[in-house]
Amino acid sequence: MRYRTVLSIMVVLCGFSESLCRSEERPVVRVGSKAFTESVVLGEIIEHLISDAGGKPEHLAELGGTQICWKALLAGDIDCYVEYTGTIQQEILTGESIRGDESMRDALTLRKVVMSRHMGFNNTYALGMPEDLAEKWKIRTISDLAACPELPRLKMRFSDEFLERADGWRGLRKEYGFPEVAERGIDHSLAYRGLQTGSHQVTDVFTTDAEIRLYHIRVLEDDRGYFPLYHAVMLTRSDLSERAPKVAESLLRLEHQVDNATMIDLNAKAKLDRIDESRIAAEFLRDRLSLNVTLAGDGRAARLQRTVYRMLDNLRQHLLLVVISLAAAIIVAVPLGVIAYCRPRLGNVILNTVGIVQTLPAMAVLVFTIPILGLGALPAIFALFLYSLLPIVRNTYTGLSNIPENLKESAIVLGLSSSARLRLIELPLASISILAGIRTAAVINVGTATIGALVGAGGFGQPILTGIRLDDFSLILQGAIPAALLAVGVQAAFGLAEHWLVPAGLRFKAN
Amino acid sequence: MLELDQVTKSFGSTTVLHPTTLSFAEGTTTVLIGPSGCGKSTLLRIMIGLIQPDAGTVRFQGEVFSPANQLAMRHRIGYVIQDGGLFPHLSASDNVGLLARHLGRDAEWVRRRIDELTELVRLPREALSRFPAQLSGGQRQRLGIMRALMLDPPLVLLDEPMGALDPLVRYDLQNDLRDIFRTLKKTVVLVTHDMGEAGFFGDEVLLLGGGKIVQRGTLRSLLESPADDFVTRFIQAQRLPGHDS
Repeated sequence: MRYRTVLSIMVVLCGFSESLCRSEERPVVRVGSKAFTESVVLGEIIEHLISDAGGKPEHLAELGGTQICWKALLAGDIDCYVEYTGTIQQEILTGESIRGDESMRDALTLRKVVMSRHMGFNNTYALGMPEDLAEKWKIRTISDLAACPELPRLKMRFSDEFLERADGWRGLRKEYGFPEVAERGIDHSLAYRGLQTGSHQVTDVFTTDAEIRLYHIRVLEDDRGYFPLYHAVMLTRSDLSERAPKVAESLLRLEHQVDNATMIDLNAKAKLDRIDESRIAAEFLRDRLSLNVTLAGDGRAARLQRTVYRMLDNLRQHLLLVVISLAAAIIVAVPLGVIAYCRPRLGNVILNTVGIVQTLPAMAVLVFTIPILGLGALPAIFALFLYSLLPIVRNTYTGLSNIPENLKESAIVLGLSSSARLRLIELPLASISILAGIRTAAVINVGTATIGALVGAGGFGQPILTGIRLDDFSLILQGAIPAALLAVGVQAAFGLAEHWLVPAGLRFKAN
Repeated sequence: MLELDQVTKSFGSTTVLHPTTLSFAEGTTTVLIGPSGCGKSTLLRIMIGLIQPDAGTVRFQGEVFSPANQLAMRHRIGYVIQDGGLFPHLSASDNVGLLARHLGRDAEWVRRRIDELTELVRLPREALSRFPAQLSGGQRQRLGIMRALMLDPPLVLLDEPMGALDPLVRYDLQNDLRDIFRTLKKTVVLVTHDMGEAGFFGDEVLLLGGGKIVQRGTLRSLLESPADDFVTRFIQAQRLPGHDS
């Protein structure tokens, strides 16, 4: 009897503890990626890994640059992302003297970030030329090129950025002792086509560009080690190993798994073969680490459905950004305009300040607000809010100021207090102007809200960003056209609103 | 009713009004007349507190005009400007009833009062529901008068009320206005540059020049015994029959 009691107690206890374990949700782990294909593919790979290790993954893709990713990592809005050692040195740890990986790793540890060992590839600048030409003239390294007797007959064309950078062509020429050659700038994507058509023979490449495979380009070895190293590493928040130890451990499986040739191949699949990044990532993990990854449906119908859902999602996200920022701007800007009108000296300060705010570059605003507001809709809404202020403040102020003097005096001599005058006379008379200002802000907002994609807020900017990255014009249109239609719709909506909000008497032309 | 004591005003270095002392007795109609820049409008605007005098006081019904009581005082003074000064976003009747509603009078009272005034100023009833932009100049002016009389103020100030109207309309309105003022026994101060109008309305006419009162009296006394050259020239300029050479 006692034996049975003990057994049943144990069963109950086991069931209890099992349900305790099950009620622990999978930890959410977020990976970020920048707005270029290589970064997004790596992000997808990491996303699958997280899922496989028992985490709940979120991939905040196509974030607008190093600063955004880094700040987001520090703030905890993402848990990890792939960065390059050269970028860490120059843009994240600027000013610090870092010698080698270990000191870089230590500097990052101080900031509560763990740097993995190299993933295996180095994405830096290099010189490239057609494989067959390089073979003919036996050019393997940059020194070979510099010493090549055919050099005067060669046309070299570099991208504008490469020509401008201090660590680009200017330094390279000095380092390798290139004679003065005709150097003209060209757009990066056109540079590859030119190699193919023979309009030039040498150009600058990134060592993991997809086009290297496509155009059979030989990447010349940088034998003198001129170009800085941009080894890919994973940066992870140190608290991830406490929060989701299995995931943190699993990520390390990617160390040394991706060499240059592999990365070129992955990039090519995405950019040239136009395979879905998620799929490329799944295949990679299956081949390299023998992981089984389940993917979403793949047929045409499934794709179409995904596209439609995605566009509806984008619409919802876009509207959210526009409506909230506009509402906040109206609440703040109309009173500011009234104050500017009532107190001219303060008004000057207000108008000037709001004017200056208008000139702040969007990226700067976004980067500055991420530590406070995180990633997602909030920093974008804040930026849009700032940009909506000027049209509304200015139009409120002008609308009030333009009220004819005799009407203002009529209101005064009636014996109305200044607040009554504002409410009954001045604001209604200024309503056309105020509404026009709000409408301007709204339409501008619809266009500017595309920056939301840079901070993971979605909206119609997302397909635009992706389309730019993948060189897919139809994707760009999937963002640009709905955004334009939305702007037209907003215009029309305000036309209707005018009928409701503007006093009827103001719509007559005077006798 | 209204007293000005040594009221002075300068704009910059120009003295627009030299120290002026005036009083306006109850029930009288006084007309201020003179060429542009003589200070007549300035004087009127000081009376309603639109302009603060540099020196001197304005006393209305015994109280000195000050920021504390100016709103209450203005409720007891009607002010009419050229073209009526109606607010374009409100209908005619809303314009007239604006202040009364704001001060809490109920809709019924306001409606009855507007009806009264519509009869008084002889405004066609259909005009009430229209907007100022849809009305003629004469109608707008009548509405301006209605609005000024809405709360039955003892004092009415008018600044060139008929300046924007053509002669026929002006004639009718002048007749109606004088009847109204006499019937209601209002104290009236009216600014004009038309001597004929001045004589028609004014128990007393004050001719201003260069910020000073040059002559005052009935129109007849000005015409028959002008105080100086300025008065003579001003009368001449009016081209009144018998006085234009």
